[in-house]
Amino acid sequence: MDWLTYLVLPLIKIAIAIGSLLLGVMMMVLAERRVSAWLQDRHGPNRVGWHGMMQPMADGLKFIFKEDLIPGHVDKPIYLLAPLVILVPALMTWAVVPFGTTDPTQVPTLFGQPFKFQLSDLNIGILYILAITSLGVYGVVLGAWASNNKYSLLGGLRAAAQMISYELSLGLSLIGVLMISGSLKFSVIVAQQTDIWDWNIFRQFPAFLVFTIASFAETNRAPFDLAEAEQELVGGYHTEYSSLKFAIFFMAEYLHMIVGSAVNVSLFLGGWHLFGIENIHWAFSILIFCAKVTLFLFFYIWVRWTLPRFRYDQLMMLGWKVLLPIALINIVGTAIILAF
Amino acid sequence: MTTEDMVKTSARSKTEDMLNEYIPILILTITAALFAAINLVLSHLLGPRKSSRSKLSVYESGMKPRGDARHRFSIKFYLIAMVFIIFDIEVVFLYPWALIFRQYVAAGPFILIEMLVFIGILVLGYIYVWKKGGLTWD
Repeated sequence: MDWLTYLVLPLIKIAIAIGSLLLGVMMMVLAERRVSAWLQDRHGPNRVGWHGMMQPMADGLKFIFKEDLIPGHVDKPIYLLAPLVILVPALMTWAVVPFGTTDPTQVPTLFGQPFKFQLSDLNIGILYILAITSLGVYGVVLGAWASNNKYSLLGGLRAAAQMISYELSLGLSLIGVLMISGSLKFSVIVAQQTDIWDWNIFRQFPAFLVFTIASFAETNRAPFDLAEAEQELVGGYHTEYSSLKFAIFFMAEYLHMIVGSAVNVSLFLGGWHLFGIENIHWAFSILIFCAKVTLFLFFYIWVRWTLPRFRYDQLMMLGWKVLLPIALINIVGTAIILAF
Repeated sequence: MTTEDMVKTSARSKTEDMLNEYIPILILTITAALFAAINLVLSHLLGPRKSSRSKLSVYESGMKPRGDARHRFSIKFYLIAMVFIIFDIEVVFLYPWALIFRQYVAAGPFILIEMLVFIGILVLGYIYVWKKGGLTWD
């Protein structure tokens, strides 16, 4: 076994990716506040650093030096385990997503080895994503139950029911994409979308719609943020968490959003390809990918500050009675079109 | 080395290549767990500690807490979970089919009809749950 390929290069990639993900979370938190302010005709935080750029740093420092309170009524081991269980899957999902070119002729070499911009090209890439993201439910439920608080319990139950309901539509919507690609490998799916008209958003529009709506619900994001509807449930499942433990829940939510956008971009919006340009320089491929993800994240923020929150029965109805049939019809339709 | 040995070695190295793809993921898991653990310990070490009785009590919007949260909750949540498990298994069965669909459909429509029957049974169950009111939340 080659320790360079399997230890050093992955470690470099992990360092780069986790670093940029955390930076992305910070920028996303700031962007959320600035964009919401812009949409509501206010200024938003603009005092710390250039245009408020250091605001997330200040917030992070504040979280670190806050009292680490463990309330007396909680189930201590599970209470402490829950943030861990929620953050680890959030940090693991990106592993199979190519964040730049993976073409062996284009990638740069490092220590004489090709440096592909993807941690691991598993042959079960999509299944890996689905498996790891559904682990996030455990963190929510464990945290909610261990908190021994009525708000937490309600929030946790709601979140769990919502996440499992939308996971079905999420899984079903991807089957249409798989039928076209014939592979679960991300590198193959992205490579098939070189030309803009081959992007899966055009070939599989219903699937894209269902996947996007379901991923909003999976991330507990407005208009589906009933699990932490602050007007009725205070903080939902993280009501009893303080200091960095609360920050972990917060961070995990934004990480899910960023990685969800990255997955969406890779599966439906052509990944690091742009307008069918072949032999793209590796630096540009990363830039294109980041630009697409950023645009998609802006869409997340835009939706949150535009649409009002769903009612819980409406939310369940949308998942089970609207998205699920659309996804099923999409599968049958795709199968018939491909067959004839 | 005989030919047989060479075939064996190449087969083993192929499986090994496939399994080696998981090594970076193992490293990532360890890194992520370490990062989360460091975060948990950091605030424990650096934060001030000044607890009081009201701080340690349950947060119920400033009211005096009444009982704990170990209550019964709506049966609806169980129902949704059960329906989810059944449907999720069906979804898992669809994945291998979707992967080989394009290769096999050229040979004849058997694979299509097979799966239409499967989805038909799934839809029957779906309609049954819908009619029984299992998907209605009130």
